[in-house]
Amino acid sequence: MKFNTNLKNIILILAASLLLSACAAQKKSGLSGDVYTGTETIEYLASGVPDRVFFATNKTNLTTAARETLRKQATYLRKNKELNVTIEGHADERGTREYNLALGERRANSAKDYLMTYGISGKRISVISYGKEKPVNSASNGLAWSQNRRSVTVKVK
Amino acid sequence: MKKIIILSLIFIFYSNISHSLIKVDITRGNLDPLPVAISPLHVDVKSENIEDLKVKELGEKISEIVEKNFRSTGLFNPLEKDAFVQKPDIAHLKPRFEDWRLIKAQALVTGKILVKDGKLKVEFRLWDLTASKEILALAFTTTPSNWRRVAHIISDKIYERLTGESGYFDTRIIYVAENGPKTNRIKKLAIMDQDGANTKYLTLGNELVLTPRFNQSNQLVTYLSYFRNLPRVYLLDIETGIQEVVGNFPGMTFAPRFSPDGKKIIMSFAKDGNSDIYTMNLDTREVEKITEHSSIDTSPSYSPDGKYICFNSDRSGLQQIYVMKSDGSNVKRISFGKGLYGTPVWSPRGDLIAFTKVSKGRFYIGVMRPDGTGERLLTENFYQEAPSWSPNGRVLIFYRETKSGPKGKGFSAKLWSIDITGYNERKIRTETDASDPSWSSLLSN
Repeated sequence: MKFNTNLKNIILILAASLLLSACAAQKKSGLSGDVYTGTETIEYLASGVPDRVFFATNKTNLTTAARETLRKQATYLRKNKELNVTIEGHADERGTREYNLALGERRANSAKDYLMTYGISGKRISVISYGKEKPVNSASNGLAWSQNRRSVTVKVK
Repeated sequence: MKKIIILSLIFIFYSNISHSLIKVDITRGNLDPLPVAISPLHVDVKSENIEDLKVKELGEKISEIVEKNFRSTGLFNPLEKDAFVQKPDIAHLKPRFEDWRLIKAQALVTGKILVKDGKLKVEFRLWDLTASKEILALAFTTTPSNWRRVAHIISDKIYERLTGESGYFDTRIIYVAENGPKTNRIKKLAIMDQDGANTKYLTLGNELVLTPRFNQSNQLVTYLSYFRNLPRVYLLDIETGIQEVVGNFPGMTFAPRFSPDGKKIIMSFAKDGNSDIYTMNLDTREVEKITEHSSIDTSPSYSPDGKYICFNSDRSGLQQIYVMKSDGSNVKRISFGKGLYGTPVWSPRGDLIAFTKVSKGRFYIGVMRPDGTGERLLTENFYQEAPSWSPNGRVLIFYRETKSGPKGKGFSAKLWSIDITGYNERKIRTETDASDPSWSSLLSN
């Protein structure tokens, strides 16, 4: 009986420490829900203008952070009128290939539509979907998948 | 005491896992494979020698391929040749049935080949050892370089005679050969015989290629290529190597398949964030829009009679399988289980639709009837998808990817097959990593 109580305590402590470390890991990795909020993979179109936004699993709508990034991109594109861009849409590896191609296309268009509402002509923006074909982080874990669910704005040379 | 607790914890854990295992219909699984003796084919002494081909060994080699084919079905148990009691030529004339029965064989395959005037003449017989009689005898002539196909055709004929179903050995698989790190994968179209022999690469790997599928005569392949960074559906003639883009769509086309008569290509076209299903008639080039919905509609596949189409749509919110008439009317959702469903593909027999299911972070290959009833999950794994049917509708081939560590460590993509009974899961050997397999129809007849 005593042994059982001991065991229970140990299990409780174990469970608590697991929970704590899970929270810590989440903060450190920069996830909100399952949307990536860190900066690890981001490149910049210009100083202070991030090139990419991140999406939740199976979602194509823009988060508050994504809209903020895209507004910066729009400001940048308004200033650089000669510049055209391609928006690449991407998915993580946890879906079927064909559906992911469609999902990537929809993500890229979410970003494109938002740029257009800030006055950027659709003619300056082309979109391409890579589905799950071009991950930036090739690990199989939640962090990697969150970094791979993205749309990336690339300058056309 | 501690040990017992640890053990029982493991046991609980284990039994949890086995609870979540797939439901498998065992009623049609073959747990008792038929013992067969496949005698080496006798090589006629009058045979000529041919360069690059050791004619003397050909009889042995052909029988080995037949044996391998049979073993791969899980339905037959080819017996060890060491135990064979009669010489190939004598057995072929008239086996001593009681001797073969002694090694517990129930069927015997014998044969003879002759290479003469640049031609390969083959005859073979199938003997029922229980009834002590010949039940199949066939002869045919071909070019000697075709000897592997000879073995596959023999396998098909015997399979057909013993199971009552057509075979699937004289077939090929087209797939995507993969190389390099996950973040920069090189992908090429590749084709091989069903048993993994005769691999040929059809593209150079300069551009990303995905989802190749055969037409009904196995001459044409439709696939997605990122040529010039414009993802479009292409058509490739395997014999001539000529490729052309399908249609003139102002955006990405993907998820192509042929109609059963080979006259149309059905595919998705994505524009402004919306994917719908279209067909293009290959003769008239006429394009028809089949679905019109603000959701993602993709992965279309015709029923074998061409009257219906199953496809993947997220119109209910998440990926599910739908069936409609081939003109796009009468859309009905057929998948209602817990989880997501993708890549539906109609069996060549018409009786089942195979699919990929994602549930609680695990991937399943399963089958259901076209009305959505009788769902059965055949195999569960970390990641697997894209089933393709053997031409007799008995076996599914698909690809499986492993979970990878940091920087993609430990990642691999391989082809696997499983019987629709849920039995006989096996890895298909390929020269490189592989994905997106598509099974041809029978090359002969």
